[in-house]
Amino acid sequence: MNKVNLIIQREYLSRVKKKSFIIMSIVGPLLIAAIMIVPAWLATSSEDYQNIEVLDETGLFIRNLENTEEIKFNYEFRSLEQAQKDLNEGGKYTAILHIPKVVITHPKTVQIFYKEKPKGSSISYMETQIAKVIENKKLEDLHNLSLDQISGLRPNVQIVPNKVTSDGKSEETADGVASLLGYFLAFFIYLFIFLFGVQVMRGVIEEKSNRIVEVIISSVKPFQLMMGKILGIALVAITQFLIWVVLSTAIIGGAQQFFKEELKAAQTEQVKKMESVTPSDSKSSESSDQSSEFIARLSGQLSMINFPLVLGAFLFYFIGGYLLYGSLFAAIGSAVDNETDTQQFMVPVTIPLILAIAMAQVAIENPDGTLAFWGSMIPFTSPIIMMIRIPVGVAYWEIILSMGLLIATFIASTWVAGKIYRTGILMYGKKVTFKELGKWLIHKS
Amino acid sequence: MSSILKAEHIVKEYANHRALDDVSIEVPKGSIFGLLGPNGAGKTSLIRIINQITAPDSGTIYFDNEPLRAKHVDQIGYLPEERGLYKKMEVGEQAMYLAQLKGMPKAEAKRRLVDWFKKFDIAPWWNKKVEELSKGMAQKVQFIVTVLHEPKLLILDEPFSGFDPINTNIVKSEILRLKEQGTSIILSTHNMGSVEEICEYIALINNSKKILGGSVKQIQKDFKEDVYEITFKGNLIAFTNALWTGCELLGKREEEGFTKAKVKLTQHQSPNEVLKAVVPHVEVYGLREIIPSMNDIFIKQVESNSPTKKAENE
Repeated sequence: MNKVNLIIQREYLSRVKKKSFIIMSIVGPLLIAAIMIVPAWLATSSEDYQNIEVLDETGLFIRNLENTEEIKFNYEFRSLEQAQKDLNEGGKYTAILHIPKVVITHPKTVQIFYKEKPKGSSISYMETQIAKVIENKKLEDLHNLSLDQISGLRPNVQIVPNKVTSDGKSEETADGVASLLGYFLAFFIYLFIFLFGVQVMRGVIEEKSNRIVEVIISSVKPFQLMMGKILGIALVAITQFLIWVVLSTAIIGGAQQFFKEELKAAQTEQVKKMESVTPSDSKSSESSDQSSEFIARLSGQLSMINFPLVLGAFLFYFIGGYLLYGSLFAAIGSAVDNETDTQQFMVPVTIPLILAIAMAQVAIENPDGTLAFWGSMIPFTSPIIMMIRIPVGVAYWEIILSMGLLIATFIASTWVAGKIYRTGILMYGKKVTFKELGKWLIHKS
Repeated sequence: MSSILKAEHIVKEYANHRALDDVSIEVPKGSIFGLLGPNGAGKTSLIRIINQITAPDSGTIYFDNEPLRAKHVDQIGYLPEERGLYKKMEVGEQAMYLAQLKGMPKAEAKRRLVDWFKKFDIAPWWNKKVEELSKGMAQKVQFIVTVLHEPKLLILDEPFSGFDPINTNIVKSEILRLKEQGTSIILSTHNMGSVEEICEYIALINNSKKILGGSVKQIQKDFKEDVYEITFKGNLIAFTNALWTGCELLGKREEEGFTKAKVKLTQHQSPNEVLKAVVPHVEVYGLREIIPSMNDIFIKQVESNSPTKKAENE
């Protein structure tokens, strides 16, 4: 045991001290942070700020189009030609929204004039705003309803998912955020199995081609050397993961802090602008109600996720999946003389992994479907598929069965790998076939 | 005389061939034992079994009169023929690692390593990466690591390959010094010169079988062919005529005025009788029995035992 510790120590330290490890530790979190921050930054950046001049010939739309952070409607009363001339000469507006008199009966006659095309989502936002006003007008005409009554006609429907568990209780589940979290964690497992599984393989090939392996196995059993390597690299993976978590949290947190300040400044500026144009905008308070409702729902969903279970499962499937694939990668490494010969053996090992990440899409859509169920039972895909399902909610018997199968399989695969390994590491200059691997398996040492 | 290692009736089969066929060897304590044989004969298989890297299909091995067990690996030092080091690791760090794998405490390993590094003149390389070392220096490091834990049995597979003559001598004298201190050594080599020079016992393995074994002196005695070299001055024809009919002149050469003739006694006469016959005709300066070299014995034995050669001769 003491000797295995020595091997683990060497495998760990020699990798953690490498430049590539340090670079990965820094680049990884930067990438993660970039993935999280850039879309948010793009969304909040005022690059596509639209200051729209509304030429409303009907008079119905004035102050009835809701401003957003990106789009501000300004109502003018002048000819289209005049407005276009102003736009061309670089006036204060970015586009002209022309609503003709016939809009109620011919809603396709609305036009927008611009020098730089507003983005698609801005245009569709304007469309829904205009449609809403027309709809209100029509309802008002038909039924003589007041605006308040009309808004009462449109209840804000929301379907809350409830899962009936085997013990007869039903519980609210958290779908959107939960499956996103599941996918994120599953992808991490996939990435790390691949990255560090291949490192196990490289390490074995290195020892074999260095010819140091015979020196070492005259001191320790081949199985001890293999396990020491697999476990040492597992610790490297965990270290790397923790560094990523800590660093990316710090970067994202820092960025959030920074953006909050900027956002606040931008918002107060906008509020000031809005106030100057529309001193009493009842709609904006409604929209802020909506956003606070969204946050409440989000935090509600988050609170529904069983975090201790998710984190425990993540660690389990992370380590279990790595051990399963790591031992197979070790066996591959022992059977070849150099990395270029690994291709034929890599294919059968990597296919289930790639299949699992492909199945992940289906599992997100339908976490309780047949494919997702079997995917989360078969040990070669379960670390990824089960990880997607767990945050959404899975029956305990399924989790226990899946974990049991994974444990049994990685014990079996380590045993098989050990058999192949102890023969393979002493075999040089021979192209090994699958048939030969089979022989090594049944042959006693 | 007690033995450090006794292997009895070892059989080892691989998927498609028998690597060892009923091989028995006994290594006396404190001796240097040569394990000889052509490439692919089964030497490495036997060495791996002794090191418990693989297990024999049948047969038993005793280490220091106990059945060989896992705990004995720390009392054996093994320098494989195909040997290497981690290229990216620092020399000292790596030596420490390998020493600790052999069960040495850290402080003790460090102390002994520093001494050995000084002795082998590689102390300045402690913090260098292995890939910066020359081949000879890496070989020195490997040798040090093999002997560092002061094993009772040292197994050296082609220890001199890769060394220049100076370093060969350094290693050779270290091997002899270790023997003086009581270490038993198994030396697997093709270098017959070093076998004659330092081995006391040998086993010759060919085609998975042991075909010859025993003390080097005894084997050479057994393979003597009654050939003598007679150094004389005088007429060669007179010398030849004077030779007994039971003698055969194998060859002769001239050296600084002397003639050296190789004479084989075919009828087990004593050399004295030959001398008596030639002394009246030439002036004899010396008589020396020619002992067969291990190289000759090796080649002769391997060729006569090789099935293909036999088939060709028939």
